[in-house]
Amino acid sequence: MHNNGQSVNYLNYKGKHSGIFAWILSTDHKRIGLLYLMATLLFFAVGVTFGFLMRLELIAPGRTIMDAQTYNSLFTLHGIIMIFLFVIPGLPAVFGNFFLPILIGAKDVAFPRVNLLSWWLYIIGASLAVISVFLPGGPADTGWTFYIPYSIRSTTNVMPALIAAFILGFSSILTGLNFIVTIHRMRAPGMSFFKMPLFIWSLYATAWVQILATPIIGITLLLVTIERMFGVGLFDPALGGDPVLYQHLFWIYSHPAVYIMILPAMGVITEIIPVFSHRTIFGYKFIAFSSCAIALFGSMVWAHHMFTVGMSETAQIIFSLLTFLVAIPSAIKVFNWTATLYKGSISTDPPLLYALAFIFLFSIGGFTGLIQGALSVNMHIHDTSFIVAHFHYVMFGGTGFGVFAALHYWFPKMFGKMYNMKTAKVGFWFLFVGFNILFFPMFVMGWLGMPRRYYDYLPEFHIYHLISTIGSWILITGLIIMFTNFIKALRSKTTYTAINPWGGETLEWTIPNKPPLENFEVIPTVSAAPYEYKDNEELLSGIEITETKEDN
Amino acid sequence: MSAVAEHTIEHVHRDDIGSRLGMWLFLFTELVLFGGMFLVYAVYRFMYQHEFHVAAKELSASVGALNTIILLTSSLTIVLAIVAIRKNNKFLAVFFELMTMLLAFGFLVNKFFEWKIKIHHGIFPGSEILLAKGNGEVIFFGLYYVMTGLHALHVVIGMLLIEVMAGFTIKGRINSTNYVRLEAAGLYWHLVDIIWIFLFPLFYLIT
Repeated sequence: MHNNGQSVNYLNYKGKHSGIFAWILSTDHKRIGLLYLMATLLFFAVGVTFGFLMRLELIAPGRTIMDAQTYNSLFTLHGIIMIFLFVIPGLPAVFGNFFLPILIGAKDVAFPRVNLLSWWLYIIGASLAVISVFLPGGPADTGWTFYIPYSIRSTTNVMPALIAAFILGFSSILTGLNFIVTIHRMRAPGMSFFKMPLFIWSLYATAWVQILATPIIGITLLLVTIERMFGVGLFDPALGGDPVLYQHLFWIYSHPAVYIMILPAMGVITEIIPVFSHRTIFGYKFIAFSSCAIALFGSMVWAHHMFTVGMSETAQIIFSLLTFLVAIPSAIKVFNWTATLYKGSISTDPPLLYALAFIFLFSIGGFTGLIQGALSVNMHIHDTSFIVAHFHYVMFGGTGFGVFAALHYWFPKMFGKMYNMKTAKVGFWFLFVGFNILFFPMFVMGWLGMPRRYYDYLPEFHIYHLISTIGSWILITGLIIMFTNFIKALRSKTTYTAINPWGGETLEWTIPNKPPLENFEVIPTVSAAPYEYKDNEELLSGIEITETKEDN
Repeated sequence: MSAVAEHTIEHVHRDDIGSRLGMWLFLFTELVLFGGMFLVYAVYRFMYQHEFHVAAKELSASVGALNTIILLTSSLTIVLAIVAIRKNNKFLAVFFELMTMLLAFGFLVNKFFEWKIKIHHGIFPGSEILLAKGNGEVIFFGLYYVMTGLHALHVVIGMLLIEVMAGFTIKGRINSTNYVRLEAAGLYWHLVDIIWIFLFPLFYLIT
């Protein structure tokens, strides 16, 4: 029985359900990860389409293809879909689910049924968001931030959108809870906390933020819902409520949420860089602790989103200072990644290209974040497209490219197929170049005063909008190349059997591609720290490594 | 055998410490959820000190105190249920589980009449009588309904949870060697209790 379970891979084994139910009722973490992957990529495609349409509208001043109300709904939906349906679950729920148990040498997560429940909540929340678009009243037009008082006055379908976000929050909480218990209780024998792969550390820090910050947005959105239904006066200024209090509560979650989005991506990059430079990671403990430090400091900086609402100067200065502090652990990571690359034997395969692009784009995003963290500059660029450029550099250039890196890195393991390397690289360059052409002009025009979320603009901004829109076409070409490459690989008949194509050192590279139901035939006993390239020569068979000399 | 059970792990893998850890983490999220509302309360109490003072006089401390006693007693009975099942006394365990549910129901009945009287007096969100009273009092009663309402919802969920546990106890799925589910339900019930311990003084006692 045990052996039978092992011989069948996770895509093919027969459980007690059949057909589609074998998937949507499966409690196998790998199947759930794949379900999440399909759902998130679907919504990513929708979000990209909305972004593309918005860019097309902005190609010239005045009306181009849609009216202003449609534009407002589009940026709201683009935000809600990208944030709640793609970026937040994109790494933890997809790759975390798939690889967390494997990386720590476990058969599944601690609560497989809760895991399935969290996918279902995701689907219910997502469906509600989709339904809200088609109900009479029209899609929500408040922006993904649901700022009061407009969100209690707007006659569009704000309610379903709020409830959708609330349910999605629950899904995120349950995933985080599951991960924490799994990491604490299910590590393979010998795998102490400091022998865990660093992706796990980043998921661990993320999970804490998920369970401690998400309830705040839950209750806040619930209060807005109640406010809309009964008019209890908690936020409505007409009844004595305080809209600024709403903003505080919103950002108490939504700023840490930014780290829910970026931390797992950093974890993926930390997995990829030592593998492709064939070197032990530089500063393991620093990277591990910096993940926790980011989670901690990141939870205390929310009010830097609100420097212009009229807080006390003391509060402004404190939040500004804390904002600068967050940069330190992020910088530690960037330093350690580059130090790992230094004198490494680097193979520039697609996953590494995406990882390098991550470092480059995230650094730009991070540094411009610091610019905004400075009080005086913030007054100038608040609510301009500078901000839009900044968070797209972090969220798309960071997390988005992190997702692409993870896809290219783990694709052979997940599907037992290999994509075309050359096409992947071509796709990468289109994406990278297109991304910069799309978003860099936003820094410039934001600095010159182009407000964000505006439907129309003065002629002097035309050139930047034009360049940006052209960039969006290049970016989308890159996306199409990348995904066609994946689909071609999936449909090809040749099975890819090399279990360790990149020469990875972590546990997922010791088990067959398309891992079997219970992952490991025998639960492994771990003795070495991850990324110990010198001690584990047998794993590296077939891969040439240049010995690097360490200077002491 | 091709029919590998959908999850052999589920049946093999039993980790009581893990389950308890999971429950505690869930309780953290609940605490933060209510924490958000306590924060809102604190801000408005600071903003509208006098009006909160006046509005709180409308609430009956004795009704609140009665509910506090009921909930505290129910926390005791759920603990007794766990003790009973540990000692393998199934009958007593089920008895105390039902007692807990009964007390929870009593709490809800009391709450229902309290709300009903308030609404009868015209104190509810959006009523003209309340709106005439000024912003601070509107917010006080807004918070009162939202916070005690959400707490009551938790009481209902807790009741259902304990009902399921009682069913498990009768069927023997909860027994003297495997009672982690009942413990988890008990933890949840204590959370419901402790939140009330904070709601009671904030709304009924501080006037």
